[in-house]
Amino acid sequence: MILGIDVGGTHTDAVLLDNFQVKKKTKVPTNQRHLVSSLIGVMDDILRDEDLSALERVVFSTTLSTNAIVQGKTDRVGMIVASGPGLAPEDLRISEDMRFVSGYVSNRGIEVAPIKKGEVEEAAAGLKASGIAHLGVVCKFSTRNPAHENQIGELVRSGFRHVSLGHRMSGNLNFRRRIATTYLNASVHDLYSRFVDEILEFAARAGIKAPLYILKADGGTFEIRRSAEQPVQTILSGPAASVMGILSLADCAGADAVAVDMGGTTTDIALLADGVPLLEPLGVTIEGHRTLIRGLKTRSLGLGGDSRVRVDDGRLVIGPRREGPAAAFGGPWPTPTDAMIVLGLTRIGDAAKAQTAVAEIAGKLNLPVAEAARAIFEKTCRDIASAVDAMVEEVNNKPVYTIHELLEGKTLRPKRLFIVGGPAGAVASRLGELLGCEAVIPRDAEVANAYGAALARTTAEITLLAETERGSLTIAEEGLEVKIPAHFTRRDILRIGMERLRERARRLGAVEPDIETEIVEDQEFNMVRGFYATGKNIRLKAQVKPGLIAGFGKGGPRS
Amino acid sequence: MTQRRKTGLVFFPAFDWAISPTHPEREERLLYTQDQVFEEGLLDFENIVEYKPGLATIEDINRIHICVPDARSVITESHLISAGGAITAAEKVLEGAVDNAFALVRPPGHHAMRVVHGARGFCNINIEAVMIEHIRRKYGHRRVAVIDTDCHHGDGTQDIYWHDPDTLCISIHQDGRTLYPGSGFPDEFGGPNALGTTINIPLPPETSDEGFLHVLEEVILPIVQEFKPDLVINSAGQDNHYTDPITNMRFSAQGYARLNERLKPDIAVLEGGYSIEGALPYVNVGIILAMAGLDYSHVREPDYDPGALRQSDEITRYIREMSKDVLELWKRRHTFKAEIVKGARYARRNRNIYYDTDGIREQQEETVRICNDCGGFIAVNSMASTGNRVYAVIIPSRSCDLCRLEGERHFHGVDKAKQGVHYLVLQDRDRDVYVVK
Repeated sequence: MILGIDVGGTHTDAVLLDNFQVKKKTKVPTNQRHLVSSLIGVMDDILRDEDLSALERVVFSTTLSTNAIVQGKTDRVGMIVASGPGLAPEDLRISEDMRFVSGYVSNRGIEVAPIKKGEVEEAAAGLKASGIAHLGVVCKFSTRNPAHENQIGELVRSGFRHVSLGHRMSGNLNFRRRIATTYLNASVHDLYSRFVDEILEFAARAGIKAPLYILKADGGTFEIRRSAEQPVQTILSGPAASVMGILSLADCAGADAVAVDMGGTTTDIALLADGVPLLEPLGVTIEGHRTLIRGLKTRSLGLGGDSRVRVDDGRLVIGPRREGPAAAFGGPWPTPTDAMIVLGLTRIGDAAKAQTAVAEIAGKLNLPVAEAARAIFEKTCRDIASAVDAMVEEVNNKPVYTIHELLEGKTLRPKRLFIVGGPAGAVASRLGELLGCEAVIPRDAEVANAYGAALARTTAEITLLAETERGSLTIAEEGLEVKIPAHFTRRDILRIGMERLRERARRLGAVEPDIETEIVEDQEFNMVRGFYATGKNIRLKAQVKPGLIAGFGKGGPRS
Repeated sequence: MTQRRKTGLVFFPAFDWAISPTHPEREERLLYTQDQVFEEGLLDFENIVEYKPGLATIEDINRIHICVPDARSVITESHLISAGGAITAAEKVLEGAVDNAFALVRPPGHHAMRVVHGARGFCNINIEAVMIEHIRRKYGHRRVAVIDTDCHHGDGTQDIYWHDPDTLCISIHQDGRTLYPGSGFPDEFGGPNALGTTINIPLPPETSDEGFLHVLEEVILPIVQEFKPDLVINSAGQDNHYTDPITNMRFSAQGYARLNERLKPDIAVLEGGYSIEGALPYVNVGIILAMAGLDYSHVREPDYDPGALRQSDEITRYIREMSKDVLELWKRRHTFKAEIVKGARYARRNRNIYYDTDGIREQQEETVRICNDCGGFIAVNSMASTGNRVYAVIIPSRSCDLCRLEGERHFHGVDKAKQGVHYLVLQDRDRDVYVVK
C-alpha cells in the first residue's frame, strides 16, 4: 500500500493505493494556520483500520515552505558572500543582513585570492550581534570549487543554529540565484525542521514503519530526514504534484500536451513535450526570487473558480485574488464558479445565490443574467487559453547554443489538454476548443495531486567538471574536489558520474528499481595555450529522471 | 550610476563548429564567456533579454557580397546563424523591443570583403555588412556608423563600404606594420565618391586603455557626431586585450566597458578576441553591463594590474599627434575630391588580396563611376588562384539615374567569353536584385 497526501492551499487530499488502485480517497479543507495538523488528521483518518505493516511508502506534498516565503513568515537570515570581480555588490543585495568578504576563484575554479579569516569572523560576529541565528554562505563559482564556502562554513558554524552553503543547493552556475536559493533555504530551515519533527513523532507514535518522502518542485521525492537539510527544494511542489498526478492518471505518451490544474484560487499550467513535462531550465521563481531549485516549468495564473469577479470601467475583471468561496457557497462576491452554476455547467452549491451574485455583474454590464454568466465563463476560459499560448510561445523562442539545436530544434505544438481541479468539468471542452486541443479529464481527477505524490520516484542530479590541466575533478552538489590523472577521459567521468549519482540517489531515499538515470549535459572541450592543446575540460550533468515509481507506467519530466 | 537601458543579447557560441581543434576560432571560444555570463546571472536582469538567433538567407548574403562560385559554396550553417544572430540583434533594436543589443556570435566577419573566394582572417562573410543591408532593405535606408574596435584592421568592412557615402567606417587597430592584415593607415580614406567615410586609426603595439580612450574622445566621438548616423554599430573585437595570444596591445575589460559606455552603440557584434579564458569572459561581461547601464566598476580580470599595463609616454605623445592629424584630415575631406579625380569620369584601383585562412590569391580590378549624386556604380573584375573568374556590376543603394543607366548598360555589354570570366553578376542594391549570368 502507498499513501499519498497533498496539503494544498484550499484542500488537503489523500489517496491510499493498493496495488496501484485507489482503495480510499479523501478531501478535507486545509487548516492554513497549522498545516501539519491537516496532514496528521488526514493520515490518521485514512490509515485507521488499515494494516500498517502493508504500507510501503508515504509521500507528502506540502505548501509549508512556499506559504512561509509568500507570506513573509520566514526567519531573518545573515549572508556572508564572497562576490569576487563582476557584478557590483549592490546589484547582488538581497537583504540588509548581507556582508561581503574577500576571496574568489576563477571561472575554472582556480583560487585567485584567498579568503581572509579575520574578515569572515568580523562579519559573522556583526550578524550574530544583531540577533541573527541563521546564516547563508555563498561564493562566486563555488560549484567549480567549493573550498571557500567550506572554509567560511567551518569558521562560522559554531556561532549559528544553522549554516546553509551555496554549492549544496545546486550544481548550476548562477551566483545571484545561488544567493537567493541559499537565503531562502536558511530562512525556512527552522520552520521546516519543526514540521519534519512533528511528522516523525506522529509516525513513530502511530507505528508507521514505511519510509516517508516529501515531494520536490521537480516532481521527484526525497526522504523526509534528508529534506530537512534542504527545505527550499520543497517550494512550489504543488504544481509538480498535479502534473505527476496527470502523468499517472492519464495516458500522456507520445504527444505534446498542456496540463492544467484549475483550483479555487489559481490555475497552474504545465507543458508536456512528447508526453514528458518540461522543466524550468535554471530554476523556479518564488516571490520575485529567482532560484536554482529545479522545478517543472509551470505558470500560475491568479484565476480560479473562486476568484472575485468585478466590473471595472465597464470591463470584466476576474481575479487575481480569492476573497472567500463562491457566492453559491456563501461567499461575498460573484465568481466564475457562480457563472458556471448559472449556465448549468455544474450542479453544486446554492443556485439561487449564484444567480443573485451574477445578476449584480449583469446590472453593471447592462446584460441579461445568462449573458453576463456567459461573458464571465468565456473570459475565464480565454484568460487561461492566452496564458497557455504565451507559455508555449516562450518555450518555442528559448535560446539555443549549438547549430544542431538551432536547426533541429523541436517546436512544441500541443494537441491534447489534460485538465484537473474543481472546475475542470465545466471548462474542459471550451478551453480545449480555444486551444485547438482534445480535452481530457483523467479519472480520480479530484485527488490527482495526492495520487501524483504517491507515485513520484526519488530524483537526484549531479554536476561534474574535470579539468585535466589542473588535475582536478569537481562534483558540485557533493562539495567535492578530487585529484585526477592527466589522461582522465570522458569515459572516466561517465563512470564516476554514474556511480556517484546512484549513490546520491540512494542516500536521498531512492530504491534500486527507480534509479533510471539520464545524461543531461555531456561536453568535452580542448584547453589550448597558444596553439597547443594542453588538456581537456570535460563536463557532465546527469540525473535520475523525475517520473513514476517502478511498476507503474512510463514517462517523466525533462529539461 | 548611469541610466538603465534595455539590452538584447543574442548568444550563439556554436559549440559544434570550429576551423580546427586548436585554431583560435574553435568550439570553446565562448565557453568561459558563457560560464561567466551564466554565473553572474546577467540574463536574470529585467533589462537584459536573450533572443534566439535567426538564420540569415542566401539573399541576405547576395545583397552585399559577390561570392564565387556562389554563397552556398563559401559558407557553413554557422555563418548563416552568426549573421542571422546579428540580424536578430538589429531587428530587436529597430523594432523598439530593446534600446540596444549585443550579438555574441561566432564565426566573425570583418575581414570578409565585397568579393568572397574563401575565408580571410577566419571570416567568410561580413556579418555586420549582411546585417546592415538587411536593415536597410527591411526598415528603409539608414545612415550607419560602424566603429570597429577589433585589434585587426576591419579591412573587409572598409572594402565593402569604400564607395558608400552613407556608411561611416572607423577602424582602430594595432598598426598594420606589426599585425595582420597589414592595412588600415590614415591615408586609406574612402573612395573618390565617399572621401572621409573611411577612417583608420592605427595604434602602436602596447597601447593601453588610456590611448584608445583618448582616440575615442578626441577623434571617434567628434566624427560620429558630425556624421549624424541613424545607427551606431560596434564591431566589437576584443583582441586588444593584454592577454590576447595573437596581438600585442594592453587594453583591459574596464577600458572596453568604458569605451562602450561612451560610444553607446545601438548594436554591438562580436568580432575577434582569442584570449578565451583571460579576457573574453570579463570583457564581454563588462560590455553587457555597460550596454545595460549597470555598474561595471567591479569587473576585473584575475591578473589585472593597471600599473603593469600603463603605456609609455612616447606612445601617448604619438597617439596625441596622430589623433590631431586624423581629425584634421576629416575636417578637410571635402577638399580632396577634385585633386584626386582630376576630371576623370572613372576611378580605377588594382589590388592583390590574400585569403590567409584558405590560401587563395585574388587579383582584382575595381572601377567606380565618379558621381556627385550617389556612391557611383562599380565594376569589379576578379580572378582567383582557384581558377575562378568573376565580373560584377554593382548598382549602389539609392543610385542616381545616370549610374543606374550606365551600370545596366555596362552589365548588358559585357561579353563573358571575351572577358574570359566564368560568372557575370549584377548586384543591384537599390532594387535588391542579384543576377548571375
